[in-house]
Amino acid sequence: MAKVELKQKQKTEIEDSSSLKGTLASVFLLGFFIIITWLSVYFLFVDRF
Amino acid sequence: MIHTYSAKVKVDPKDAKLSMAHFFVAFGALALGGLMGLLQTLVRSGKFELPLGIGYYQILTAHGVLMGLVLTTFFIMGFQYAAVSRTAGPHSNAARRTGWIGFWLMTAGTLMSGTMILLNKASVLYTFYAPLQAHWIFYLGLTFVVVGSWVDGAAQIMTYVKWRKNNRGKPSPLLSFMAVINTIMWIVATLGVAATVLFQLLPWSLGWVDTVDVLVSRTLFWYFGHPLVYFWLLPAYMCWYAIIPKIIGGKIFSDSLARLSFILFLIFSIPVGFHHQLTEPGIDPAWKFFQVILTFMVVIPSLMTAFSIFATFERYGRSKGAKGLFGWFRVLPWNDARFIVPFIGMASFIPAGAGGIINASNQMDQVVHNTIWVTGHFHLTAATSVVLTFFGISYWLVPHLTGRKLTKTMNKLAIIQAWVWFIGMVFMSGAMHIQGLLGGPRRSSFSTYGDSKQALEWIPYQIAQAVGGTILFIGIILVIIIFIHLAFFAPKGEEEFPVGEAENLEEKAPMVFENWKLWLGITAALILFAYTIPFIDIIQYAPPGSKGFKTW
Amino acid sequence: MHMHKLEKVWLIFGISCLIIFLTTIGVSAFYLGNKPPSCLLTIDPEKVDQQAPFNKPGLHKVEGKEWDYELVYVASAFSYNPGQVEVPLGAKVKVIATTKDVIHGFEVAGTNINMMLEPGYISEYTTTFDKAGEYLIVCNEYCGSGHHLMFSKIEVVKK
Repeated sequence: MAKVELKQKQKTEIEDSSSLKGTLASVFLLGFFIIITWLSVYFLFVDRF
Repeated sequence: MIHTYSAKVKVDPKDAKLSMAHFFVAFGALALGGLMGLLQTLVRSGKFELPLGIGYYQILTAHGVLMGLVLTTFFIMGFQYAAVSRTAGPHSNAARRTGWIGFWLMTAGTLMSGTMILLNKASVLYTFYAPLQAHWIFYLGLTFVVVGSWVDGAAQIMTYVKWRKNNRGKPSPLLSFMAVINTIMWIVATLGVAATVLFQLLPWSLGWVDTVDVLVSRTLFWYFGHPLVYFWLLPAYMCWYAIIPKIIGGKIFSDSLARLSFILFLIFSIPVGFHHQLTEPGIDPAWKFFQVILTFMVVIPSLMTAFSIFATFERYGRSKGAKGLFGWFRVLPWNDARFIVPFIGMASFIPAGAGGIINASNQMDQVVHNTIWVTGHFHLTAATSVVLTFFGISYWLVPHLTGRKLTKTMNKLAIIQAWVWFIGMVFMSGAMHIQGLLGGPRRSSFSTYGDSKQALEWIPYQIAQAVGGTILFIGIILVIIIFIHLAFFAPKGEEEFPVGEAENLEEKAPMVFENWKLWLGITAALILFAYTIPFIDIIQYAPPGSKGFKTW
Repeated sequence: MHMHKLEKVWLIFGISCLIIFLTTIGVSAFYLGNKPPSCLLTIDPEKVDQQAPFNKPGLHKVEGKEWDYELVYVASAFSYNPGQVEVPLGAKVKVIATTKDVIHGFEVAGTNINMMLEPGYISEYTTTFDKAGEYLIVCNEYCGSGHHLMFSKIEVVKK
């Protein structure tokens, strides 16, 4: 019984989203970089004839 | 599953021999192709001319074929062959024989095509667009390379099938699964290039037929040309997903999601070739846009990959007590070449991927199409992300296969090599991106275009590319030194073939991932959907064919 | 198979971005007329010089069309005909081009006019020349040993 409980506890710890907040921040930085570069070339396209 | 194999498991010495044979050809191609690359950047700076009547486009062809086809295909086949041997067990004698046959076919083909390039009979670049007509031996050589790679890949599939038979109901080892996905994608993709070479270009160059349908040939080429770049990328992803976690001392974030992303690559890598043909006549814009949508789908598995890799790093860092939002970043093993060399490759994939999304964005391609921006782009994807990961792999794989050790000195030199590469690429690829946005064309020798004001503005960027190219060539010399050292001179010992373990061992990968009928069926259906109607249109409304031209 | 909550957040964000990108370019292409050059007309590549409009390369004023001028080019290794053109500022121009031999590029540097010329096909692109200056037309698809010597010039001038 105790073993099962321990296991569950570990699992919730892994599930805890706070432990991956750095990952989320990193991928969002990456995402913003993609958006900025894409938009700059898009506006270059719009500006040119 | 992978964790049932201990970390000490070695690649069978007989398999090691075949892998090393691949690597000798691959690194030979790198040395020669690198020299060609250096010469190109020097010529285009306007400060240097080629001696002995050697043509710029001749060395450009050699560079493309050696780097894009020979280095990559040989390295990938050698690496995957070893990875399957390591994770699914030694290859059988039959599989090994098959592998050797494939290797020799590819080598013979390389020599045939290479000879024709040297004789200036095939200065058609590695994309060999008709109606430029090379010597038939050039096309036959390419056929040998492609068919050889099928035979070579069959060896991996044989060993995978054997493993599945002996381990019914179990998901295959992750690295073997990934290698097989990449091999299958390659086989499906190369059907296109094989079709144009065998049914169009060979008979035409032999004089059996007078004309060639140019757009059909191009469409078949690009059916192959985009999955080609994923064929380069997936072995790098194999390393990032399944090997790097072990090197840093962490765990694979999710075995199942890694498999899922590879399946998505198999499905979406192929029916996207039109995004290389966006500015071409003869193709309906609605079909172009449909393939643009599919191209965007293939971004999704890369988004998953980015998350997984960061998550592996963060989990490891936090297990070491790292605090704060980015504290985990600092505790990564920055002094281990096996980690940092591929890591620089991963970091480069951020701008590389961003550029790729721009290239594929339908009409936005008009800003960059066939400008040197594109060259800058694939020197970040292929020539940095992929190649640095390949270097990082060989720093442990070569000594593992030759029974030697990566010494501290070589580890240090390898790290220096990667930084040299990175700095060279910042100069070269950076300048290419900017010059491309200003309109500078790719694949062109030095020219002021009648002293055009615009063309004169490009020259400083071309000089920056020559500076970058020179630094990169130093990088190539370093990597060749390390390779030769690890292959012949490093001290005897045991170097580990790192294979990562999943974080959650209870979570078995769903068996549906190994259902090849399903995935191949979906792949075929999507290809047929994306290509059938436009391809019939191309054939039905075809103009008169083109005779061959030799304009070089 | 289990996916972490934050990975779901990331994928929803990433996929939404891709959808927004696709919608932006899709609307721009199919509703605002900014499709990439995709002309479906064909021509016999060996009889280009005899056929209209390629029998008269250069700039021509046209009436009763959505555009004011047609600018016709014939490309062959390693030149464009015409080699120099003046276009009035603000003119709406349909650029029409083809090749007599191998594949060539047709890129007006610094603009969105960038299309492939393939034997047997006509390439077209309609745009308004709304910025004055001298523009270089450059061949951006490898066509042989003189590829880098293949160019033409457009001068957009106030009239």
